[in-house]
Order: sequence, then structure tokens, then C-alpha cells
Amino acid sequence: MSRFNPHMAGMLPDLNTLLSRYAENMMWLARYMERIENLARVLEVTEAFVRGADGRPVWESIVQINSDEERFRALYPAASEEDYLRFYVTDCANPSSIKAMAQCVRENARSARPLISTEMWMQLNVFTRWVLDLDMSDIRRTGLSALCNRIKQDCQSHAGITEGTLYRDQAWLFYLLGRHLERSDQITRLIDTRYHTLLPDASEVGSEIDMTQWASVLRSAAAYHAFRRLKPVTTTPANVVGFLLKNEGFPRSLALNLRHADSVLGALSTHYNLRRQCSDVQERLSELRAMLEDQTAEEIIIRGLHECMHWIQEQIEACQNSLAAAYWPPAEPVALSRQSQSQ
Amino acid sequence: MASDNSSPHEAGIFSTYDKPSYYCELMNRGAALPEALQQVQDRLSHLTLSDLRERTDNAENLLWRLGITFTVYTEREAIDRILPFDLIPRLLTAEEWSFIERGVQQRVKAINLFLWDIYHDRRILDDGIIPADLVLNNANYCKAMIGVDVPGGVYVHINGTDLIRDRSGRFLVLEDNARTPSGVSYVIENRHMMLRLMPDLASGMALRSVEDYGVRLHKALCDVAPASVADPQVVLLSPGIYNSAYFEHVFLAREMGVPLVEGRDLVVKDHHVFMRTVAGLRPVHSIYRRIDDAFLDPLAFNPKSLLGVPGLVDAYCRGNVTLANALGTGVADDKAVYAYMPRIIRYYLGEDPILDSVETHICAEPEGLAYTLANLANLVVKPVGDSGGYGLIIGPHASAEELETFREKLLENPSNYISQPVIDLSVVPTLCPAGVEARHVDLRPFAVTGKSTWVLPGGLSRVALRKGSLVVNSSQGGGSKDTWVMSK
Repeated sequence: MSRFNPHMAGMLPDLNTLLSRYAENMMWLARYMERIENLARVLEVTEAFVRGADGRPVWESIVQINSDEERFRALYPAASEEDYLRFYVTDCANPSSIKAMAQCVRENARSARPLISTEMWMQLNVFTRWVLDLDMSDIRRTGLSALCNRIKQDCQSHAGITEGTLYRDQAWLFYLLGRHLERSDQITRLIDTRYHTLLPDASEVGSEIDMTQWASVLRSAAAYHAFRRLKPVTTTPANVVGFLLKNEGFPRSLALNLRHADSVLGALSTHYNLRRQCSDVQERLSELRAMLEDQTAEEIIIRGLHECMHWIQEQIEACQNSLAAAYWPPAEPVALSRQSQSQ
Repeated sequence: MASDNSSPHEAGIFSTYDKPSYYCELMNRGAALPEALQQVQDRLSHLTLSDLRERTDNAENLLWRLGITFTVYTEREAIDRILPFDLIPRLLTAEEWSFIERGVQQRVKAINLFLWDIYHDRRILDDGIIPADLVLNNANYCKAMIGVDVPGGVYVHINGTDLIRDRSGRFLVLEDNARTPSGVSYVIENRHMMLRLMPDLASGMALRSVEDYGVRLHKALCDVAPASVADPQVVLLSPGIYNSAYFEHVFLAREMGVPLVEGRDLVVKDHHVFMRTVAGLRPVHSIYRRIDDAFLDPLAFNPKSLLGVPGLVDAYCRGNVTLANALGTGVADDKAVYAYMPRIIRYYLGEDPILDSVETHICAEPEGLAYTLANLANLVVKPVGDSGGYGLIIGPHASAEELETFREKLLENPSNYISQPVIDLSVVPTLCPAGVEARHVDLRPFAVTGKSTWVLPGGLSRVALRKGSLVVNSSQGGGSKDTWVMSK
């Protein structure tokens, strides 16, 4: 708990009565908002910068990031450009479309409405209603880039309002856990899929197209200019991977998000009766962080980047499952069945 | 604050107001307008129609963004609606309010004594004040409550009394709402809307505040928690996010600072109620429930209810948790029992009712039925069980054919109906498509009872937006207004 933030604990009043359901809602509210923001950014960057040999956007890479191959093929066998956009923006049959995720945001926010600030609710209410009314003609009319920018900005407004108005009790901690776990997961997915798309074989490393493409990977994580500020640095795959995984200053890097998640758990565990439930997840996070600290990016790449990213994703999912089991366990037999939210 | 497209010479909003023959609470009180109200009328009369319309648009926009909505379910979809909000306030003088307040407190007191009696000694039935059959065989009479002692003898912690004014301005009780009366969130939100959108109207006015409802409610719910508990945990039990009144549940939970729980968040163990928190099970002592009796506990009532908490009623009857309102309060607000309310008040309190009731004919009784059938075209006939203004007929507004159909329905099951004369409800100036016009209005003050009864100054003023309509319910085209109680 060396990174434990005393700030956080001191501000937490005695509020052990956070309903399990609220904890779950807050966590998923944060996760879905992060996902929407990430997807909007990736869509925008893909349209502008991710070009294949034919000079056209490589929409397929988004399908890979989200592991949606099977579902997409089933719904859209022709895989036209419009199909990709429909699948990721307006199609509610795809649970990872922006619209479907906005629906999840709305339900979690409605459910946690007694807890979140009215300003948070008002912004989410307007945002989700707008997204739920979007259709393909809106994309055609305003253009994908403008649409994605508005979505990103709304997600960022949400983050700002939340930071500025949400009461700092356990609800806030679960919200933060959701955000940091989601960012950790997203960054590994981005690296994993782009790495293989961009480096089909070692001979192409260093070519011009490659540089543009690596810049687009950074842009997909809003990391391009932060990366440029590193001195001295050259844009090598290992440097880019190293930045996204290990940099301690970049807000979307894996290392930073694992550290924050760890510190949030530290704050939770100091609360009466919550220590026991945290320990499992804390252990897992420590292991993840140690693994990351013990290796250079080059070593990770040589030992198998894909295997490593896959392992991290499994660990994050295991953390989520442990949190669910600890803080919102399923009701005992008499209780009713309910839909659980999933990754 | 005139809008861009208004001409500087545009006349005020009342210049075309067609003074009706009804009692108009702002424009035609039959006497000089009290000074406190005159000031508001003066300020209002300087507003132009276009300004008022612009502010109204802003108000509706804000209500949408704030999500102050209720949900209407059709067979196919759920539609979120805002309750139309009219920016011309409904005004009550300090004297009028003090009269209403005393009348409501008296009524709530009598209702609680009546409920205790019918679930214990049944003196009122033995004394023949009210037919035993009407009470004991009432669909809302809850056998589980027989002999149960509720803390402080309070059954109805939250009561809504629907009041109207007749042609002379006299206040009359139209009905009691002693189960789970709704609408109080609109009283407070309407005030907030007024302060935002009509700051120039409200500025410097001596108005009674509506801010402390949540604090009062929380205090009352703590007052009635099981006696052994020092620091009671209060919760609000809601059917959940799909309920049409979910906004109000959220509002009240926030104002009280207590968790909004759903049935699945509660669990009963060893006859005590707990909520499921991240730190495990936590005891719950007072439940403001916004779920009807029938759905509260699948073990006690409707076994198919998915909203309720198995074992809750047992824990309640053992005195381990308090429910507000109590079970079985529906007998007291039954429309047939309403007819006996003046007698009930005299019986328990030995005093005359402060607030009059509307003359009521009980169709279950032969005289009542005969009178109703003979005067169908001049009466309002209402089913006793339903709420929301459904299934009633207003004689003077009905066609001969409608009356005939209704007569058959009435004869099939007379005991399901009561009838009352048509009251010429008072009106208030209201913004309508063609300008500011007179619309009928009612008033629902909310009374909160713990150790004593407190009445929120004002209440929900509901307006029938359709011209000539007497039905103010939100589900049937009603809107609402802010109710201003002048403090002097």
C-alpha cells in the first residue's frame, strides 16, 4: 500500500451503507462511459489515419480490438464501410455499439440517480437521449468525425462534472475502480490488435507507412502529443508499447491505471469490514504491477506481446469478477433472478 | 424581459382574459382581492403573452433536461412525459392556508383513530356509525393488521387530501389519499422552476417555503421506527427505475438522504429486515414504501409479486420494522367510506369537521342508488376502488348514449359506485394555446405525521388543461402550477 493516498481515506465519512446494487451501478456507469469515449476516439482515428494498402480506412481493426469478429460477420456478411459504422454506432443488436452502451449508461445512471449529483444526471440524461435517437442519416449528415468529437466531448464533460460534483464516499471509489479497470483493459486491447495489424513481419519495421500507423495507435489512445514530449525518444514499436503500458504520467497507460486502481482498493480496504473482501483483488493487482515493472517493453515483445496482453485482460476480468462476488454477491435462493452485466 | 418578437405596446396577459362565472382565484373572488394577492396580479399583468410563452418553453426544456418526468406505458412502449407546468402561480392567503392546515390535521387525526379502531376494538362498527360490512368486507381491509400495534398509533404517515373550491370559494374535500399519495416532488420542483424562470415575479414576495419536506419526512419516519432503535435506518422502497413515479422516489430519497432500495436490495432474516450493502447486511428500521400492499410481500399477499420482499409483512407485524404508510390504510380513503367521514370525525374527536365534504350518495344503499339513477344526468358517478379519474362519468358532459351505457354498468354492480353533485370547480388563469384562459384547478396538500402532523405549506395544484374539463389527473391531460402560500 505504498501508493496509498491518505487524502482519499481522510475524506471518507462513515458510510458503510452503500447498497451493493449502487456499487455495481457506479462501476458500470464508469466502465461504459470509458468504453464509449474510447470507441468514439478509435472510430474517428481509424477514419482519418488508419489506412490499409488500398488507402482506405481499416475498419476491421476495430472489430479485432473488440473481439467482435463472429457477431459482426453474422449481422453484416458484406462488411461494407457503412456496415461497420452501423454496427458500432447505431446497431442495438451489437452490445458494444455506442447506442447499446448508451442504453446501459442510462439504466445504470437511472438506477444510481439517488446517489449521483443532479448535474451528473442532467448531462447523462441529455447525452444518452441524444445518442439513443441517432441514426445513420445523422452520421451521413454531420460526418463521422464531428459526431465522434461530440460524443467524446460529452464523455469528457461527464468526467469533469463527476470529478467536480460527486460526493466522495464509497460510490466514488467504485466509480473510480470501474474507470481504471476499463482503461487498463482498453489499452491492452488496442496494443494487442494494432501490434499485429501493423507488424505482420519484421522486415517492414521502420518503413514510412509504419510510422504513420504507429502514430495512429498513439492517437487512438489520445497519446500522440504526450509521447512526443518524451525526450529523447524515437518512434519504435517498443517505445510506443512501452509508453502505453509503462508510462507513469500518461492518464490512459496501463501502469498508471493499475496504480490508481490499487490505491482505490487501499482506500476501500481501510473501511470497516471491507478489508477482507478487497484482499483477493489487491493481490491480483500487485501481481500485475510487479509483472509490468519487472520487464522492459522489449522483453514483453520478445516473450510474446499477444500472450502478455491476453493474460492481463484475463487478470482484469478476474478482478471484476472478484469485486462482484465480494460486493454484490447474488442473492440467496429465495431471491429473484436478475440480469448481470458483463464485459 | 420581453422577448425579441414582442412589440413594446403588446398588452398584458390578462387583457383578453374572459372572466368566467366560476370562482376565479385570481381574477374573480367576488370581493376585493386581498392585498398580498393584488401585488402578484399587478406584476403578472405586466407580462406579455410572448414573454410568458418563451419562459414556458424554457421551463419545459429544463424539465426535460433535469429528467423531471413520469412514464406512461402503452401496450408497445414506454413514453417519458413531463407534467405540463403553468407559470402563473396559484395563490392562497395566509388565512386560507391556516384554515386548510387545521382542517387537514383534523382529518388525518380522525383517519388514524379510525384505522386503529377498525383493526382493534371496532367500536365505531358496534356503535353503528358506519356499516360493518363496508369496512370489514372492503377490498382494502387487511386482515393481517388485526391486533397489530403500530408505533404511535400512526397508520397514515403521509396523507394527501384532495381539495376543491366551489362557486362561492368554499373549500371542500373531494377525496383522501391515505395509501401512497404521489405528487409532492412536483410541489417542490415547481417552486424551483418558478424561482428560476419567474425571478422577477417572486422577488421580495413573502412566500411560505416548501424546502423542508424531506427533513420533516425523515424526522417523522425516525419518530415511528421501532421503539428499541436509537439511530434508525430509514429507506425508501421503490418498484424500481421502470415505475412511472420513479423520479419522485429518487427525489424523496435524496431529500431525506436515505437509500432508495428495491425489493431485491432487502432481505428478511430471523424476522428482521436488512439491506444488502457492500459491507454485508445492514439492519433497516423504517421503510417509506412506494409499493402497494398487494405487491409488498409475496409470502403474505400476491405470491407472483417480483417487487416485494419475502417475509416483510411478518417482520412488520412483529414490530421489528415500520412501514409507512401502514398496511390496510386503503379502507380510510375508500370513496364509499368518504361519505361517512364527517360522522367519523365527530365520533372520534367530538368536533365538527373543519373542511366540508361533497354531498355523496352511496349506490350500495337503496336510497343512494335510487337518487343516483333518477338524477344521472346531473351527477358525477365514480367507481369506489379506482384512482386516476378513470371509469367515472360526469352527467352534464355525457351524451344520452353514454349515460345509458353507464346506467347499465351501474345497475350491474351498484355497490361499486358513489355519486356526487357536479361542483363548479374554481378556476385559475392558465396559459393556453389561444392565450391566458380560465382552467379548473384542485389542490392536494401533503400532511406528514410522526409524533405530530405537519402540513407542507401549499400543496400540488393540478389544472385541467382542456377547456371546460374537470379532470385534473396527470394521466388525463392535467398540468400543474406552483402553489404560493403568502406568509402574511
